[in-house]
Amino acid sequence: MMKWLHTMASSAWFYRFSGRVIPWLMILFIALLLYGLYGGLVLAPADYQQGDAFRIIYVHVPAAWMSLFIYVVMAVYGFIALVWRIKLAEVLLISSAPVGAAFTFLALVTGSLWGKPMWGTWWSWDARLTSELLLLFLYFGVMGLYAAIEDKRTASKAVSILTLVGVVNIPIIHYSVTWWNTLHQGSTVSMTDKSSMHIDMLAPLLVMALAFKVYYGIALLLRTRTELIEREPNSKWLKAIIEEKIND
Amino acid sequence: MMQLSKLYLLVSSEFLTAFRNRHEALNPLLFFVLVCLLFPLGIGPSPVLLNTIAPGIIWCAALLAILMSLSNLFRTEYENGTLELMVLATHSLTVLVIIKLLAHWMLIVLPLILLTPFIASALGMSFDVQLTLLSTLLLGTPVLLLVGAVMATLTLVIPQNGMLLALLVLPLYVPVLIFGTSAVNATASGFSAAGPLYILATLCVLSLTLSPFAIVAALKTGVSQ
Amino acid sequence: MTEFLYMGGYAFYVWTSIALAIVILLFNVISPSMKHGRNLRQATDLYLLNRNDSDDT
Repeated sequence: MMKWLHTMASSAWFYRFSGRVIPWLMILFIALLLYGLYGGLVLAPADYQQGDAFRIIYVHVPAAWMSLFIYVVMAVYGFIALVWRIKLAEVLLISSAPVGAAFTFLALVTGSLWGKPMWGTWWSWDARLTSELLLLFLYFGVMGLYAAIEDKRTASKAVSILTLVGVVNIPIIHYSVTWWNTLHQGSTVSMTDKSSMHIDMLAPLLVMALAFKVYYGIALLLRTRTELIEREPNSKWLKAIIEEKIND
Repeated sequence: MMQLSKLYLLVSSEFLTAFRNRHEALNPLLFFVLVCLLFPLGIGPSPVLLNTIAPGIIWCAALLAILMSLSNLFRTEYENGTLELMVLATHSLTVLVIIKLLAHWMLIVLPLILLTPFIASALGMSFDVQLTLLSTLLLGTPVLLLVGAVMATLTLVIPQNGMLLALLVLPLYVPVLIFGTSAVNATASGFSAAGPLYILATLCVLSLTLSPFAIVAALKTGVSQ
Repeated sequence: MTEFLYMGGYAFYVWTSIALAIVILLFNVISPSMKHGRNLRQATDLYLLNRNDSDDT
C-alpha cells in the first residue's frame, strides 16, 4: 500500500500517467458539459418566479461549489506536503490555486449577473457574497505569496501554511446563509435531506457540477505537468521523456 | 517546561528591547489618531452621522495601525541574523514567540486602546457604547496581532512585503472587524452585544492557542532558506 | 429558436454568464497547455545544449 502510494507520489509516474489520462477526461468533460447545458438551458422548465434567468444557476452554483471544493483540496495537499514532505503535493497545491481563483471569479461574476435582474443590484455586502469575495483574495494571496518567494521549496512550505490557516473561511462561506440574514438565498440542495428543487431542474445542475469536477482534474493535471518540468529541469525522468520525443 | 528564571530572563529582555525601540510604537499610534481625525474633517461634523459611523472608523483605523506595525515584527532580527540563532538555539520557540507578541501588544496596541476613549468621545460616542468598544478591542486586537503575525512571518523573506501582507491578512481580518463593529452597533441600538462578544472571545482563544504553532512553522520555513 | 435565444427577456444576463464560463474554462486549459509546450521546448534545448557540450569535450 505504502509502495503504491509512493509510486503515485513520484513525478515520473505522475507525468506519464497524466499524459495518458487527460484525453479521456476531456472526452468525459465535453460529454457531461453538453448534456448538462442541454438539460439546463433547453429541457428544464422555466422557473415560476424567476423565469429563464434562473438558468444562470447551471454555471453559477457549480462554479461556487468548485471554488469551495478546490480550496479544501488545496488544504489537504498542503497538509500532506507539510507533514509527509511530498513534493508532488506541493506542486498539486500551487497548480490548483489558479483554477480555484478562476471558479471563484466566475461564481462572483455570474452571481452578479443573476443578482441584477433578480434583486435589482449588481452587488450586496451580505455574508455570503463578502465571504466568497474574501475567498478570491485568499486564492490571490496563495498565488502572490508563491510568486514572491524565490526558492520554490520555501515558497511551497509557506503556501501550505497559508492555505491551512485560510481554510477557516470555508465553513464561514458555507454556513453564512444559515448564520446570518442574507440577501442570498438559503441552501436548497442538500446531500443528506431531500432537496427542495424539482428533479428536472436538479439533474442538469448535478451533471454540471460533475462536469466542473472533471474539468478541475484536467486543468490540475495540465498545470501540474507544466510546473513539474519547471521545477525539476535536471531530473532523469524528464531527460528520458525528452529523449523519447527526439527519437520519435 | 522552562524554568521560571529562564522565563523571566526571556520576558525582561523582550520588554527591554521593545521599550528601547518605543519610537517604533509611535508610528502606528500616530497613524491611528490621524485616521480617526481625518474622517470628521472629510465627512463633515454632523454629530448624528459621526455617531453612526464612529465604531467603524475606530475599528478600521485600529486594524490598519496594527497592520502597519506588523511588517516590522521580526524585521530587525531577520536582517541582523539573530533570527536564525533564535530558531536554532531556543529551547522553546513557541514560548519566545508568545512573549514577543505579548511585548508587542503591550507596547504598541495597548496605548492605542488607551487612546480610544478620547477619540470615541470626540466622535460623540456615549459611555456604555465606549465600554463595548473597549471590550471588542481588548478581545479583537490580540486576534489581529496573532493572525497578522502568522502572515508577517510567512512573508518575512520577501523584501517589500507591505502590499502582499495586507492582501494575505485581509480575508482573516474581516470577520473580526465585522463582529467587533456589530457588537458596538448593537449596544448603540440598545440591543445586547453578548453574541458578537462571545464570538470575538472564541476567535481570541482560538488564535491564542493555534497561531503560535503556525508562527513557529513559518519562522522555521523562512530561516531554512 | 428565437425564444431560446431570448431567454424570456434575460438574454444578456444568461448568455453573458454562459459565454464567460466557456471563456474562463477554455483559458485555463489553453494557457497551461501553451506553457507546457514552452517549458518542454526549453528543457529540450537545454538538454541538447548540454549533450552537445559534453560531446565536444
